[in-house]
Parts: sequence; C-alpha cells; structure tokens
Amino acid sequence: MRVRKNIATSEEGFLFNPTTGDSFSTNSIGAEIILLLKKDKSTQEVVDIICDKYDVDKSLFERDMDEFSLQLKEFSILE
Amino acid sequence: MLTRTETKNKYGRKLVIAVTGLNAIDSPGPGVSVIRAIRECPDFECRIIGLSYESLEPGLYMHDLVDKTYQIPYPMGGTDSLMSRLNYIHEIENLDIIIPNFDAELFNFIKLRDKLKLMGISTFLPDLDQFEARDKIKLFNFGKEHDFFVPEDKIIYDMRDLRKIEENFDYPIVVKGKFYDAIIAHSMEQAEKAFQKIQAKWGLPIIVQEFIKGTEINIAALGDGKGTAISIIPMRKLYITDKGKAWAGVTLDDDALIDLARKFIHVTKWRGGCELEVMLTTDGKPYIMEVNPRFPAWIYLTAAAGQNQPASLVKMALGEEVEPFTEYEVGKIFIRYAWDLITDIREFQKISGTGEL
Repeated sequence: MRVRKNIATSEEGFLFNPTTGDSFSTNSIGAEIILLLKKDKSTQEVVDIICDKYDVDKSLFERDMDEFSLQLKEFSILE
Repeated sequence: MLTRTETKNKYGRKLVIAVTGLNAIDSPGPGVSVIRAIRECPDFECRIIGLSYESLEPGLYMHDLVDKTYQIPYPMGGTDSLMSRLNYIHEIENLDIIIPNFDAELFNFIKLRDKLKLMGISTFLPDLDQFEARDKIKLFNFGKEHDFFVPEDKIIYDMRDLRKIEENFDYPIVVKGKFYDAIIAHSMEQAEKAFQKIQAKWGLPIIVQEFIKGTEINIAALGDGKGTAISIIPMRKLYITDKGKAWAGVTLDDDALIDLARKFIHVTKWRGGCELEVMLTTDGKPYIMEVNPRFPAWIYLTAAAGQNQPASLVKMALGEEVEPFTEYEVGKIFIRYAWDLITDIREFQKISGTGEL
C-alpha cells in the first residue's frame, strides 16, 4: 500500500488529492501514519513504529490501522 | 532635447480592448474576470472599453477596471444595429480588439467578424460552423461523431412532445434552455413546469437530457484555430449555487481531463476561449454536458494558476504566435464573493440617459 504520488500532505494532517480536488483532514496520529506510508513503510512497519512509540494495544491498533487504510483507499489516497 | 518615451509593450501603444459581459449577479458574466486577467498581463498596456446591455451591470461602475462604457443593442436587434453602434464607438475609441463574452451575442459578433477586421478591429472567435457544432441542440450528435461521452438528449419544440419522453428516459431528467438554465425534474409534472419556465425566458427549443450523476468539473480552454490547445485548466466546483454555478473551485491535475479538452480543441480546430462542462462519473467516464463557446466567469483562475487565457487571446487576436502553456499551479482556489459597490445616482443617470459612462 502506497500513498499516491501526487497526493499533497502536510504535517498537520491536511491531505489534498489534486486529481479529484478532494481534501481531507486527519488527526495527529493519522498524519503520522500517512507520513510513514509516504516514506514507503509497509502497514506492518507502521504498526510496529506506532506501537513502539506510543502506549497502545497492538491488536487494537492493527484493527484501527486496517480501518484507516480502507478509508484511505476509498478516498483514492492509497494506490 | 527630445527623448523618446518608452512604452512598455511591443505594440508601441496602449491597446484598446472592448469587453462585454460586465454583469456580476449570482450567474455572473465573464467580462469582469476577463478584464482583470488582461490588466494583469505585463506584456501590454491597455484601455478597456466596456460594452453593456443594462445600466446596472456592476462592471460599468468599476472605474479601476473599465475606462469607459458604451451600451450596445440587445442581440435580438440583429447585426445592423450592433454594427451601427460599434461604428460609433470605434470612431471615438479606435478599438483594437473586441472580446464578446455572452453566448447569446456571439452569433452576431461572428457574423460581423470580417467587417470588423476591415475596420481594423480584431476578434478571436470560432467560425460559425464550429460555433454551431457544439450547440446544445447538436451536442449529442457531435459527441457520437467524435467519440466523446455525451448524455442522451431530445430536442423539444412542443409541450405535447415532452409527454413522449417517458418512453426513452427515466427520471430524473434535465430540462435545459437553448442558451442558459437547467432544471432537474423528477416527474412529468415537474418537467412541464420547467419547460414552461424556461420557454418563457429563453424560447424554444427546449433540450431534455439524460441525468448523469457525478462530480462537476469545468475546463477552461483556449484554442489557436488550427487544432492546438494553447491552454487547458480543469477546475472542480467546490461550492455550487442553486443555479449550478461554481461559487468556489480548485484547479486539478488530471491528465484524462486535459486530454479530453485537447481532443475537443483538436477535432473542432476551436478558435478562442471555451468552457467544457463535464460530469465525471464514479467509474471515471467524463461526460461532456455542455460546451460554452466563450470564457467562463471563473476565467481569472487561469491567470492566477499561471496560464493567462484572456491575455493570450489578446495576443493571438493581434496575430502573435503564442506557445502552448505546459504548466500551471494545481490546488489554486477561487472563492467568489459579493461586494456592494457604491456609486452616485448621477453615474446611473448618465449611462441610462446617454448610453455612455
């Protein structure tokens, strides 16, 4: 899963899809995840990095990550 | 000792450019945007002559944009009365270029194009056959001929024929006027009301069109008349008025939309500005809903994004070769707003009484 090349992102969690004109905002964790995906990290790597950094239940976060990825796909943010 | 005064443009003089479409209601004319873009071009200086139809078109009173305004006869008055008025204006102003911006007036200006040229007034308009090929009434056949996605439609001259459309169309349908206005109807009762309303305003025929669901995209394009697109800017409507007009929009980066406009310019050899109204379906099919044969009201966005279409049209009208633009700023947003312009009754009286301001 990769963030589409032309998607504009900001560290504050604002996303702009220049092909469709859609824009989205996400919270700080969402922004961090997107920045990691933009660096070509795999979903598993993102899970590991976030779980190492924050006090979060891994299985719970994996479920959240799946849901977030689905949303990103639906909005054509991910390839 | 005399020193030569340098003019900052290659034409060696201030260009005198006449522009129509100075109204700015909730369905605004493109004139004010066209002038704003032209004035921002650093390659020439200009004197702007407004050509108006009514005394309350806001552009008349924008003296920082429009140097002088003359009223001209309504399009239904025909070419003779228009020509006579333009002769009068030309004697005073020595016009270089006229940029008409209303669908309804274009026929007259195209008919007068050669006469205007003989007077030394340039235009940059499509030929009559180009103009008519993209007409709403012929859009379906045009689309089929050139392999564009276009909605099914039926041209209706009589209310009785409207009742037959249920054989071919499912609701909702779109009921459109030949120049402006479109109403979505969900039943025959609504369709009949829409028919009567639009007929009263714009006359016959009425176009009934298949309803296409999707994202509304508009594309402003400028053709050189030889098949090359000098500029193409796609814009997604972000805020839409109840008349379906974009009140805010953002420039897009979508090769499929650019290819669509390039193909349109190529197959029509379009000369001048135009706007493709596109409905992008969820499965990615770009349906051409309408082709407007002039710049749209949001045309200033093209200049803001780095492709000044009105200024390029001015240059081409004067015979200059303009290289096609290759880049523009994606994510550039326009947000329209209403502004209460204050003027004096004397100004209103002057334009109303003398037809000049």
